Amino acid sequence: MTQVLIDGLFLGCVYALIALGYSMVYGIIKLLNFAHGDIFMFGAMIAFTMLTAVPGLQSAGIVAVFGVLILSMFLTGGTGVLIEAVAYKPLRSAPRLSLLITAVGMSFVLEYGVKQFWGSKSITWPQWAQMGAGSIPIFDGTITISRLVLMAVSIALMVGLGFYINGTRQGRAMRAIALDQRASTLMGVDVNRTISLVFFIGSALAGAAGVMFGMYYGAIGFMMGFLLGLKAFTAAVIGGIGNMYGAMLGGLTLGLIERTTVYFCNGDDSWKDVVSFGLLILFLTLRPTGILGDRVVERM
Amino acid sequence: MSWLEVSGVDVHYGRIQALRGLSFGVDQGEIVSLLGNNGAGKSTTLNMLSGILRPTAGTVTWQGEDLAKVPPHDLVARGIVQVPEGRRIFSTMKVEENLLLGGYRVSNTKLIAQRIDMVYDMMPRLKERRNQEGGTLSGGEQQMLAIGRALISEPQLLLLDEPSMGLAPLMVREVMNIINQVNATGTTVLIVEQNAKAALRIANRAYVLETGSVTLSGPASELAKDPRVVEAYLGTD
Repeated sequence: MTQVLIDGLFLGCVYALIALGYSMVYGIIKLLNFAHGDIFMFGAMIAFTMLTAVPGLQSAGIVAVFGVLILSMFLTGGTGVLIEAVAYKPLRSAPRLSLLITAVGMSFVLEYGVKQFWGSKSITWPQWAQMGAGSIPIFDGTITISRLVLMAVSIALMVGLGFYINGTRQGRAMRAIALDQRASTLMGVDVNRTISLVFFIGSALAGAAGVMFGMYYGAIGFMMGFLLGLKAFTAAVIGGIGNMYGAMLGGLTLGLIERTTVYFCNGDDSWKDVVSFGLLILFLTLRPTGILGDRVVERM
Repeated sequence: MSWLEVSGVDVHYGRIQALRGLSFGVDQGEIVSLLGNNGAGKSTTLNMLSGILRPTAGTVTWQGEDLAKVPPHDLVARGIVQVPEGRRIFSTMKVEENLLLGGYRVSNTKLIAQRIDMVYDMMPRLKERRNQEGGTLSGGEQQMLAIGRALISEPQLLLLDEPSMGLAPLMVREVMNIINQVNATGTTVLIVEQNAKAALRIANRAYVLETGSVTLSGPASELAKDPRVVEAYLGTD
Protein backbone atom coordinates (compact mmCIF):
# COMPACT_ATOMS: atom_id res chain seq x y z
CA MET A 1 0.00 0.00 0.00
CA THR A 2 2.90 2.35 0.69
CA GLN A 3 4.06 1.72 -2.86
CA VAL A 4 0.65 2.77 -4.15
CA LEU A 5 0.99 5.99 -2.22
CA ILE A 6 4.45 6.72 -3.56
CA ASP A 7 3.45 5.94 -7.15
CA GLY A 8 0.31 7.99 -6.76
CA LEU A 9 2.11 11.01 -5.38
CA PHE A 10 4.63 10.93 -8.19
CA LEU A 11 1.99 10.70 -10.88
CA GLY A 12 0.09 13.38 -8.96
CA CYS A 13 3.05 15.74 -9.17
CA VAL A 14 3.13 15.38 -12.96
CA TYR A 15 -0.63 16.02 -13.14
CA ALA A 16 -0.36 18.95 -10.78
CA LEU A 17 2.36 20.66 -12.82
CA ILE A 18 0.24 20.46 -15.95
CA ALA A 19 -2.97 21.31 -14.12
CA LEU A 20 -1.39 24.51 -12.79
CA GLY A 21 -1.00 25.92 -16.28
CA TYR A 22 -4.54 24.89 -17.17
CA SER A 23 -5.86 26.54 -14.07
CA MET A 24 -3.83 29.75 -14.31
CA VAL A 25 -4.88 30.35 -17.89
CA TYR A 26 -8.49 29.61 -17.05
CA GLY A 27 -8.27 31.94 -14.07
CA ILE A 28 -6.99 34.86 -16.06
CA ILE A 29 -8.82 34.67 -19.40
CA LYS A 30 -11.49 32.01 -18.75
CA LEU A 31 -10.09 29.80 -21.49
CA LEU A 32 -9.81 26.03 -21.24
CA ASN A 33 -6.56 25.80 -23.14
CA PHE A 34 -6.85 22.35 -24.64
CA ALA A 35 -3.49 22.79 -26.35
CA HIS A 36 -1.88 22.80 -22.92
CA GLY A 37 -1.38 19.02 -22.81
CA ASP A 38 0.44 19.24 -26.13
CA ILE A 39 2.82 21.81 -24.74
CA PHE A 40 3.69 19.15 -22.17
CA MET A 41 4.35 16.71 -25.03
CA PHE A 42 6.35 19.33 -26.93
CA GLY A 43 8.54 19.88 -23.88
CA ALA A 44 9.40 16.18 -23.79
CA MET A 45 10.16 16.20 -27.53
CA ILE A 46 12.53 19.14 -27.54
CA ALA A 47 14.28 17.83 -24.44
CA PHE A 48 14.73 14.48 -26.16
CA THR A 49 16.21 16.19 -29.21
CA MET A 50 18.60 18.23 -27.12
CA LEU A 51 19.70 15.18 -25.15
CA THR A 52 20.44 13.16 -28.26
CA ALA A 53 21.61 15.84 -30.68
CA VAL A 54 24.32 17.43 -28.59
CA PRO A 55 27.41 15.20 -28.60
CA GLY A 56 29.22 14.60 -25.33
CA LEU A 57 26.26 15.65 -23.24
CA GLN A 58 26.15 12.25 -21.65
CA SER A 59 29.44 12.84 -19.83
CA ALA A 60 27.93 15.78 -17.98
CA GLY A 61 25.33 13.42 -16.52
CA ILE A 62 22.76 14.91 -14.18
CA VAL A 63 24.00 18.46 -14.76
CA ALA A 64 23.21 18.07 -18.45
CA VAL A 65 19.77 16.72 -17.68
CA PHE A 66 18.97 19.69 -15.45
CA GLY A 67 20.33 22.08 -18.04
CA VAL A 68 18.08 20.49 -20.65
CA LEU A 69 15.15 20.67 -18.23
CA ILE A 70 15.61 24.40 -17.73
CA LEU A 71 16.19 25.10 -21.41
CA SER A 72 13.07 23.09 -22.31
CA MET A 73 11.06 25.12 -19.82
CA PHE A 74 12.16 28.34 -21.51
CA LEU A 75 11.37 26.97 -24.95
CA THR A 76 7.92 25.66 -24.03
CA GLY A 77 7.25 28.90 -22.16
CA GLY A 78 8.09 30.81 -25.32
CA THR A 79 5.90 28.47 -27.35
CA GLY A 80 3.00 29.18 -25.01
CA VAL A 81 3.48 32.92 -25.41
CA LEU A 82 3.62 32.54 -29.18
CA ILE A 83 0.44 30.45 -29.28
CA GLU A 84 -1.35 33.01 -27.16
CA ALA A 85 -0.20 35.87 -29.37
CA VAL A 86 -1.12 34.14 -32.63
CA ALA A 87 -4.24 32.20 -31.76
CA TYR A 88 -5.86 33.61 -28.62
CA LYS A 89 -5.07 37.31 -28.40
CA PRO A 90 -6.97 38.21 -31.59
CA LEU A 91 -10.02 36.52 -30.05
CA ARG A 92 -9.80 38.27 -26.68
CA SER A 93 -13.23 39.82 -27.04
CA ALA A 94 -14.81 37.01 -29.09
CA PRO A 95 -17.31 34.58 -27.54
CA ARG A 96 -15.68 32.02 -25.25
CA LEU A 97 -16.74 29.17 -27.53
CA SER A 98 -14.69 30.54 -30.46
CA LEU A 99 -11.68 30.62 -28.19
CA LEU A 100 -12.29 27.06 -27.03
CA ILE A 101 -12.56 25.76 -30.59
CA THR A 102 -9.35 27.59 -31.49
CA ALA A 103 -7.65 25.89 -28.55
CA VAL A 104 -8.77 22.48 -29.79
CA GLY A 105 -7.44 23.42 -33.24
CA MET A 106 -4.16 24.54 -31.72
CA SER A 107 -3.92 21.20 -29.99
CA PHE A 108 -4.14 19.37 -33.34
CA VAL A 109 -1.62 21.75 -34.90
CA LEU A 110 0.87 20.88 -32.18
CA GLU A 111 0.19 17.14 -32.27
CA TYR A 112 0.45 16.71 -36.01
CA GLY A 113 3.16 19.31 -36.38
CA VAL A 114 5.29 17.34 -33.94
CA LYS A 115 4.38 14.14 -35.77
CA GLN A 116 5.85 15.60 -38.96
CA PHE A 117 9.17 16.27 -37.31
CA TRP A 118 9.53 13.50 -34.74
CA GLY A 119 7.43 10.80 -36.39
CA SER A 120 4.52 8.80 -35.09
CA LYS A 121 6.48 5.99 -33.44
CA SER A 122 7.05 5.89 -29.71
CA ILE A 123 10.42 7.43 -28.91
CA THR A 124 12.73 5.88 -26.35
CA TRP A 125 14.34 8.31 -23.97
CA PRO A 126 18.16 7.99 -23.81
CA GLN A 127 19.04 5.40 -21.22
CA TRP A 128 21.61 7.57 -19.46
CA ALA A 129 19.08 10.36 -18.89
CA GLN A 130 16.50 8.07 -17.34
CA MET A 131 17.93 8.22 -13.86
CA GLY A 132 16.90 4.74 -12.79
CA ALA A 133 19.60 3.92 -10.29
CA GLY A 134 19.40 3.63 -6.54
CA SER A 135 16.36 3.22 -4.36
CA ILE A 136 15.45 3.85 -0.77
CA PRO A 137 13.06 1.58 1.14
CA ILE A 138 10.16 3.34 2.87
CA PHE A 139 8.11 1.04 5.15
CA ASP A 140 7.03 -1.76 2.84
CA GLY A 141 7.68 0.11 -0.42
CA THR A 142 10.63 1.61 -2.22
CA ILE A 143 11.24 4.91 -3.90
CA THR A 144 13.97 5.43 -6.44
CA ILE A 145 16.26 8.38 -5.83
CA SER A 146 15.46 9.70 -9.29
CA ARG A 147 11.79 9.74 -8.44
CA LEU A 148 12.51 11.53 -5.20
CA VAL A 149 14.56 14.15 -7.05
CA LEU A 150 11.85 14.68 -9.63
CA MET A 151 9.20 15.04 -6.94
CA ALA A 152 11.40 17.51 -5.11
CA VAL A 153 11.82 19.52 -8.31
CA SER A 154 8.09 19.65 -8.95
CA ILE A 155 7.32 20.58 -5.36
CA ALA A 156 9.97 23.30 -5.50
CA LEU A 157 8.38 24.64 -8.69
CA MET A 158 4.94 24.68 -7.09
CA VAL A 159 6.11 26.36 -3.89
CA GLY A 160 8.02 28.89 -5.96
CA LEU A 161 4.94 29.61 -8.00
CA GLY A 162 2.90 30.03 -4.82
CA PHE A 163 5.30 32.67 -3.56
CA TYR A 164 5.34 34.36 -6.93
CA ILE A 165 1.56 34.60 -7.25
CA ASN A 166 0.94 35.67 -3.66
CA GLY A 167 3.97 37.68 -2.80
CA THR A 168 5.14 39.62 -5.83
CA ARG A 169 3.94 42.64 -7.71
CA GLN A 170 3.47 40.68 -10.96
CA GLY A 171 1.69 37.86 -9.16
CA ARG A 172 -0.66 40.36 -7.58
CA ALA A 173 -1.35 41.86 -11.00
CA MET A 174 -2.22 38.39 -12.33
CA ARG A 175 -4.75 37.85 -9.56
CA ALA A 176 -6.13 41.33 -10.13
CA ILE A 177 -6.66 40.69 -13.84
CA ALA A 178 -8.43 37.45 -13.02
CA LEU A 179 -10.85 39.48 -10.89
CA ASP A 180 -11.31 42.61 -12.98
CA GLN A 181 -9.44 43.31 -16.17
CA ARG A 182 -10.68 46.87 -16.58
CA ALA A 183 -9.84 47.90 -13.04
CA SER A 184 -6.36 46.38 -13.45
CA THR A 185 -5.77 48.46 -16.56
CA LEU A 186 -6.85 51.55 -14.65
CA MET A 187 -4.21 50.76 -12.02
CA GLY A 188 -1.55 50.78 -14.72
CA VAL A 189 -1.24 47.04 -15.30
CA ASP A 190 -0.32 46.10 -18.87
CA VAL A 191 -2.93 43.39 -19.27
CA ASN A 192 -1.57 41.92 -22.51
CA ARG A 193 1.91 41.57 -21.14
CA THR A 194 0.69 40.02 -17.92
CA ILE A 195 -1.42 37.47 -19.78
CA SER A 196 1.63 36.59 -21.89
CA LEU A 197 3.55 36.06 -18.68
CA VAL A 198 0.88 33.69 -17.38
CA PHE A 199 1.13 31.68 -20.58
CA PHE A 200 4.90 31.63 -20.24
CA ILE A 201 4.84 30.32 -16.68
CA GLY A 202 2.04 27.80 -17.28
CA SER A 203 3.70 26.45 -20.42
CA ALA A 204 7.12 26.29 -18.78
CA LEU A 205 5.66 24.18 -15.97
CA ALA A 206 4.03 21.88 -18.52
CA GLY A 207 7.37 21.63 -20.30
CA ALA A 208 9.04 20.64 -17.05
CA ALA A 209 6.40 17.98 -16.53
CA GLY A 210 7.08 16.70 -20.05
CA VAL A 211 10.79 16.32 -19.40
CA MET A 212 10.12 14.64 -16.06
CA PHE A 213 7.72 12.26 -17.75
CA GLY A 214 10.33 11.28 -20.32
CA MET A 215 13.00 10.89 -17.68
CA TYR A 216 10.85 8.66 -15.60
CA TYR A 217 8.76 6.58 -17.99
CA GLY A 218 11.41 6.38 -20.71
CA ALA A 219 9.03 6.54 -23.69
CA ILE A 220 7.32 9.53 -25.32
CA GLY A 221 5.11 10.05 -28.36
CA PHE A 222 3.31 12.80 -30.24
CA MET A 223 -0.10 11.88 -28.81
CA MET A 224 0.93 11.61 -25.17
CA GLY A 225 -0.28 15.13 -24.39
CA PHE A 226 -3.83 14.29 -25.35
CA LEU A 227 -4.65 11.95 -22.49
CA LEU A 228 -2.31 13.62 -20.01
CA GLY A 229 -3.85 17.01 -20.88
CA LEU A 230 -7.34 15.68 -20.24
CA LYS A 231 -6.16 14.18 -16.96
CA ALA A 232 -4.65 17.48 -15.93
CA PHE A 233 -7.89 19.19 -16.85
CA THR A 234 -9.71 16.65 -14.68
CA ALA A 235 -7.28 17.39 -11.86
CA ALA A 236 -7.90 21.12 -12.22
CA VAL A 237 -11.67 20.59 -12.10
CA ILE A 238 -11.44 18.30 -9.07
CA GLY A 239 -9.37 20.84 -7.17
CA GLY A 240 -11.40 23.82 -8.35
CA ILE A 241 -10.43 25.30 -11.71
CA GLY A 242 -8.92 28.75 -11.60
CA ASN A 243 -7.56 28.08 -8.16
CA MET A 244 -3.83 27.49 -7.91
CA TYR A 245 -3.88 25.36 -4.77
CA GLY A 246 -6.85 23.51 -6.23
CA ALA A 247 -4.73 22.45 -9.19
CA MET A 248 -2.04 21.08 -6.90
CA LEU A 249 -4.52 19.33 -4.64
CA GLY A 250 -6.51 17.99 -7.60
CA GLY A 251 -3.36 16.68 -9.26
CA LEU A 252 -2.22 14.80 -6.19
CA THR A 253 -5.74 13.50 -5.52
CA LEU A 254 -6.13 12.20 -9.04
CA GLY A 255 -2.71 10.58 -9.01
CA LEU A 256 -3.51 8.77 -5.77
CA ILE A 257 -6.94 7.68 -6.95
CA GLU A 258 -5.55 6.27 -10.18
CA ARG A 259 -2.82 4.27 -8.50
CA THR A 260 -5.29 3.02 -5.88
CA THR A 261 -7.63 1.87 -8.63
CA VAL A 262 -4.83 -0.04 -10.29
CA TYR A 263 -3.97 -1.58 -6.93
CA PHE A 264 -7.49 -2.81 -6.33
CA CYS A 265 -7.69 -4.19 -9.86
CA ASN A 266 -4.64 -6.33 -9.05
CA GLY A 267 -2.30 -4.36 -11.24
CA ASP A 268 -4.62 -4.21 -14.24
CA ASP A 269 -4.59 -0.53 -15.27
CA SER A 270 -7.45 -0.59 -17.78
CA TRP A 271 -9.98 0.76 -15.27
CA LYS A 272 -8.04 3.79 -14.11
CA ASP A 273 -9.13 6.09 -16.97
CA VAL A 274 -12.74 5.05 -16.51
CA VAL A 275 -12.52 6.00 -12.85
CA SER A 276 -10.74 9.31 -13.58
CA PHE A 277 -13.16 10.55 -16.18
CA GLY A 278 -16.11 9.20 -14.24
CA LEU A 279 -14.86 11.40 -11.43
CA LEU A 280 -14.64 14.33 -13.82
CA ILE A 281 -18.29 13.89 -14.77
CA LEU A 282 -19.29 13.54 -11.12
CA PHE A 283 -17.51 16.74 -10.19
CA LEU A 284 -18.84 18.67 -13.16
CA THR A 285 -22.41 17.72 -12.30
CA LEU A 286 -22.35 17.68 -8.50
CA ARG A 287 -19.62 20.10 -7.54
CA PRO A 288 -18.41 22.13 -10.51
CA THR A 289 -16.46 24.46 -8.23
CA GLY A 290 -14.21 21.57 -7.14
CA ILE A 291 -12.90 20.69 -3.72
CA LEU A 292 -11.64 24.18 -2.87
CA GLY A 293 -14.33 25.89 -4.89
CA ASP A 294 -16.35 27.65 -2.24
CA ARG A 295 -13.70 27.93 0.43
CA VAL A 296 -11.15 29.85 -1.58
CA VAL A 297 -13.01 32.28 -3.76
CA GLU A 298 -9.97 33.91 -5.27
CA ARG A 299 -9.26 32.78 -8.79
CA MET A 300 -5.79 32.35 -10.13
CA MET B 1 -4.36 76.18 -23.27
CA SER B 2 -5.44 74.36 -20.14
CA TRP B 3 -3.43 71.79 -18.25
CA LEU B 4 -5.78 69.13 -19.57
CA GLU B 5 -7.37 70.22 -22.81
CA VAL B 6 -10.15 68.29 -24.50
CA SER B 7 -11.11 69.72 -27.83
CA GLY B 8 -13.71 68.67 -30.34
CA VAL B 9 -13.77 65.04 -29.20
CA ASP B 10 -16.15 62.49 -30.72
CA VAL B 11 -16.48 59.00 -29.27
CA HIS B 12 -18.51 56.22 -30.85
CA TYR B 13 -19.73 52.89 -29.50
CA GLY B 14 -20.06 51.10 -32.81
CA ARG B 15 -22.55 53.27 -34.68
CA ILE B 16 -23.84 55.06 -31.62
CA GLN B 17 -22.21 58.39 -30.97
CA ALA B 18 -21.64 59.08 -27.28
CA LEU B 19 -19.60 62.29 -27.43
CA ARG B 20 -20.14 65.05 -29.99
CA GLY B 21 -17.43 67.63 -30.32
CA LEU B 22 -16.82 67.69 -26.60
CA SER B 23 -14.51 70.49 -25.46
CA PHE B 24 -13.46 71.49 -21.98
CA GLY B 25 -10.37 72.13 -19.92
CA VAL B 26 -9.04 71.49 -16.44
CA ASP B 27 -6.35 73.60 -14.79
CA GLN B 28 -3.83 72.51 -12.22
CA GLY B 29 -5.14 72.43 -8.67
CA GLU B 30 -8.82 72.68 -9.52
CA ILE B 31 -11.79 70.53 -8.70
CA VAL B 32 -13.87 70.41 -11.86
CA SER B 33 -17.20 68.67 -12.03
CA LEU B 34 -19.03 67.21 -15.01
CA LEU B 35 -22.78 67.17 -14.45
CA GLY B 36 -25.48 65.58 -16.51
CA ASN B 37 -28.14 62.94 -16.68
CA ASN B 38 -27.76 59.27 -17.52
CA GLY B 39 -26.41 58.89 -21.02
CA ALA B 40 -25.08 62.43 -21.26
CA GLY B 41 -21.58 61.05 -21.81
CA LYS B 42 -20.00 61.63 -18.41
CA SER B 43 -18.52 58.18 -17.87
CA THR B 44 -17.63 57.98 -21.55
CA THR B 45 -15.60 61.14 -21.08
CA LEU B 46 -13.64 59.67 -18.18
CA ASN B 47 -13.04 56.39 -19.96
CA MET B 48 -11.86 58.33 -22.98
CA LEU B 49 -9.43 60.25 -20.76
CA SER B 50 -8.22 56.92 -19.30
CA GLY B 51 -7.55 55.62 -22.80
CA ILE B 52 -10.09 52.81 -22.60
CA LEU B 53 -12.19 54.48 -25.30
CA ARG B 54 -10.48 56.24 -28.18
CA PRO B 55 -11.74 59.45 -29.75
CA THR B 56 -12.89 59.11 -33.35
CA ALA B 57 -12.24 62.82 -33.78
CA GLY B 58 -10.66 65.64 -31.79
CA THR B 59 -7.68 65.73 -29.46
CA VAL B 60 -6.81 65.37 -25.81
CA THR B 61 -3.73 67.24 -24.65
CA TRP B 62 -2.18 66.67 -21.24
CA GLN B 63 0.55 69.08 -20.16
CA GLY B 64 1.22 69.73 -23.83
CA GLU B 65 1.36 66.06 -24.87
CA ASP B 66 -1.15 64.56 -27.28
CA LEU B 67 -2.58 61.46 -25.60
CA ALA B 68 -3.92 59.81 -28.77
CA LYS B 69 -1.31 57.05 -28.83
CA VAL B 70 -0.65 56.52 -25.14
CA PRO B 71 -1.91 53.08 -24.03
CA PRO B 72 -4.27 53.11 -21.03
CA HIS B 73 -1.85 51.47 -18.61
CA ASP B 74 0.78 54.12 -19.33
CA LEU B 75 -1.57 56.98 -18.48
CA VAL B 76 -1.21 55.97 -14.83
CA ALA B 77 2.53 56.57 -15.08
CA ARG B 78 1.75 59.99 -16.59
CA GLY B 79 -0.30 60.90 -13.54
CA ILE B 80 -3.86 60.36 -14.79
CA VAL B 81 -5.70 57.84 -12.61
CA GLN B 82 -9.36 56.94 -12.60
CA VAL B 83 -11.55 55.77 -9.74
CA PRO B 84 -14.13 53.86 -11.77
CA GLU B 85 -17.87 53.84 -11.46
CA GLY B 86 -19.05 51.12 -9.10
CA ARG B 87 -15.64 51.19 -7.32
CA ARG B 88 -14.39 47.99 -8.95
CA ILE B 89 -12.17 47.08 -6.04
CA PHE B 90 -10.58 43.62 -6.12
CA SER B 91 -13.14 41.92 -3.96
CA THR B 92 -11.29 38.79 -2.86
CA MET B 93 -8.01 40.57 -2.28
CA LYS B 94 -7.21 42.11 1.07
CA VAL B 95 -7.62 45.83 1.60
CA GLU B 96 -3.86 46.20 1.80
CA GLU B 97 -3.35 44.19 -1.39
CA ASN B 98 -5.78 46.47 -3.17
CA LEU B 99 -3.69 49.43 -2.07
CA LEU B 100 -0.47 47.69 -3.10
CA LEU B 101 -1.94 47.13 -6.52
CA GLY B 102 -2.60 50.83 -6.77
CA GLY B 103 1.17 51.21 -6.53
CA TYR B 104 1.78 48.83 -9.42
CA ARG B 105 3.58 51.49 -11.44
CA VAL B 106 5.61 52.77 -8.51
CA SER B 107 8.94 50.95 -8.38
CA ASN B 108 10.09 52.35 -5.03
CA THR B 109 8.54 50.07 -2.39
CA LYS B 110 9.38 52.48 0.41
CA LEU B 111 7.38 55.16 -1.35
CA ILE B 112 4.45 52.77 -1.68
CA ALA B 113 4.56 51.98 2.04
CA GLN B 114 4.67 55.70 2.85
CA ARG B 115 1.68 56.46 0.69
CA ILE B 116 -0.29 53.54 2.11
CA ASP B 117 0.34 55.00 5.57
CA MET B 118 -0.82 58.37 4.28
CA VAL B 119 -4.05 56.78 3.01
CA TYR B 120 -4.53 55.03 6.35
CA ASP B 121 -4.12 58.37 8.11
CA MET B 122 -6.71 59.95 5.88
CA MET B 123 -9.11 56.99 6.14
CA PRO B 124 -8.55 55.18 9.46
CA ARG B 125 -11.36 52.71 8.74
CA LEU B 126 -9.25 51.20 5.99
CA LYS B 127 -6.41 50.68 8.43
CA GLU B 128 -8.73 48.84 10.82
CA ARG B 129 -9.76 46.57 7.98
CA ARG B 130 -6.42 46.23 6.25
CA ASN B 131 -6.43 42.43 6.45
CA GLN B 132 -10.06 41.99 5.44
CA GLU B 133 -11.07 41.12 1.91
CA GLY B 134 -12.17 44.17 -0.04
CA GLY B 135 -15.56 42.65 -0.80
CA THR B 136 -16.47 42.50 2.89
CA LEU B 137 -16.37 46.29 3.26
CA SER B 138 -19.46 48.49 3.24
CA GLY B 139 -20.23 50.56 0.16
CA GLY B 140 -18.74 53.71 1.63
CA GLU B 141 -15.61 51.91 2.76
CA GLN B 142 -15.24 50.37 -0.68
CA GLN B 143 -15.44 53.82 -2.21
CA MET B 144 -12.74 54.99 0.18
CA LEU B 145 -10.64 51.98 -0.76
CA ALA B 146 -11.11 52.76 -4.46
CA ILE B 147 -9.96 56.34 -3.89
CA GLY B 148 -7.13 55.23 -1.62
CA ARG B 149 -5.99 52.69 -4.18
CA ALA B 150 -5.81 55.39 -6.83
CA LEU B 151 -3.83 57.68 -4.53
CA ILE B 152 -0.93 55.24 -4.10
CA SER B 153 0.39 56.14 -7.55
CA GLU B 154 0.25 59.81 -6.48
CA PRO B 155 -1.89 61.01 -9.37
CA GLN B 156 -1.66 64.54 -10.68
CA LEU B 157 -5.15 64.30 -12.08
CA LEU B 158 -7.68 62.12 -10.29
CA LEU B 159 -10.75 61.13 -12.29
CA LEU B 160 -13.72 60.21 -10.12
CA ASP B 161 -16.74 58.49 -11.62
CA GLU B 162 -19.87 58.80 -9.48
CA PRO B 163 -18.17 58.45 -6.09
CA SER B 164 -21.43 59.11 -4.25
CA MET B 165 -23.41 56.42 -6.04
CA GLY B 166 -25.40 54.21 -3.68
CA LEU B 167 -24.10 55.87 -0.53
CA ALA B 168 -26.10 57.18 2.43
CA PRO B 169 -26.11 60.99 2.75
CA LEU B 170 -23.74 60.95 5.70
CA MET B 171 -21.30 58.78 3.79
CA VAL B 172 -21.58 61.03 0.72
CA ARG B 173 -20.46 63.89 2.90
CA GLU B 174 -17.55 61.90 4.23
CA VAL B 175 -16.40 60.86 0.77
CA MET B 176 -16.69 64.44 -0.47
CA ASN B 177 -14.60 65.58 2.49
CA ILE B 178 -11.93 63.09 1.53
CA ILE B 179 -11.96 64.37 -2.04
CA ASN B 180 -11.51 67.90 -0.70
CA GLN B 181 -8.57 66.74 1.40
CA VAL B 182 -7.00 65.00 -1.58
CA ASN B 183 -7.34 68.19 -3.57
CA ALA B 184 -5.79 70.19 -0.75
CA THR B 185 -2.65 68.08 -1.01
CA GLY B 186 -2.22 69.26 -4.59
CA THR B 187 -4.11 66.70 -6.65
CA THR B 188 -6.29 68.06 -9.41
CA VAL B 189 -9.73 66.45 -9.46
CA LEU B 190 -12.21 65.86 -12.25
CA ILE B 191 -15.42 64.51 -10.78
CA VAL B 192 -18.43 63.12 -12.61
CA GLU B 193 -21.63 63.14 -10.60
CA GLN B 194 -25.36 62.67 -10.83
CA ASN B 195 -25.56 64.07 -7.33
CA ALA B 196 -25.11 67.62 -8.60
CA LYS B 197 -25.70 69.17 -5.22
CA ALA B 198 -22.80 67.33 -3.60
CA ALA B 199 -20.54 67.89 -6.59
CA LEU B 200 -21.22 71.62 -6.87
CA ARG B 201 -20.48 72.03 -3.17
CA ILE B 202 -16.86 70.95 -3.57
CA ALA B 203 -16.12 71.94 -7.19
CA ASN B 204 -14.48 75.18 -8.33
CA ARG B 205 -15.94 74.95 -11.79
CA ALA B 206 -18.45 72.73 -13.53
CA TYR B 207 -19.59 71.73 -16.97
CA VAL B 208 -23.07 70.52 -17.80
CA LEU B 209 -23.16 67.74 -20.41
CA GLU B 210 -26.13 66.91 -22.59
CA THR B 211 -26.05 64.22 -25.28
CA GLY B 212 -22.30 64.28 -25.52
CA SER B 213 -21.42 67.95 -25.52
CA VAL B 214 -21.13 70.85 -23.11
CA THR B 215 -24.23 73.01 -22.84
CA LEU B 216 -23.37 75.11 -19.80
CA SER B 217 -20.21 75.93 -17.91
CA GLY B 218 -18.97 78.26 -15.24
CA PRO B 219 -17.89 78.61 -11.63
CA ALA B 220 -19.67 76.06 -9.44
CA SER B 221 -21.16 78.72 -7.17
CA GLU B 222 -22.82 80.45 -10.14
CA LEU B 223 -24.06 77.25 -11.72
CA ALA B 224 -25.60 76.25 -8.40
CA LYS B 225 -27.84 79.33 -8.71
CA ASP B 226 -28.49 79.09 -12.43
CA PRO B 227 -32.22 78.43 -12.84
CA ARG B 228 -31.60 75.94 -15.67
CA VAL B 229 -29.30 73.90 -13.47
CA VAL B 230 -31.57 74.21 -10.46
CA GLU B 231 -34.54 72.98 -12.43
CA ALA B 232 -32.82 70.13 -14.25
CA TYR B 233 -30.34 68.82 -11.69
CA LEU B 234 -30.87 70.25 -8.22
CA GLY B 235 -34.62 70.14 -7.76
CA THR B 236 -36.54 72.69 -5.73
CA ASP B 237 -36.81 71.37 -2.22
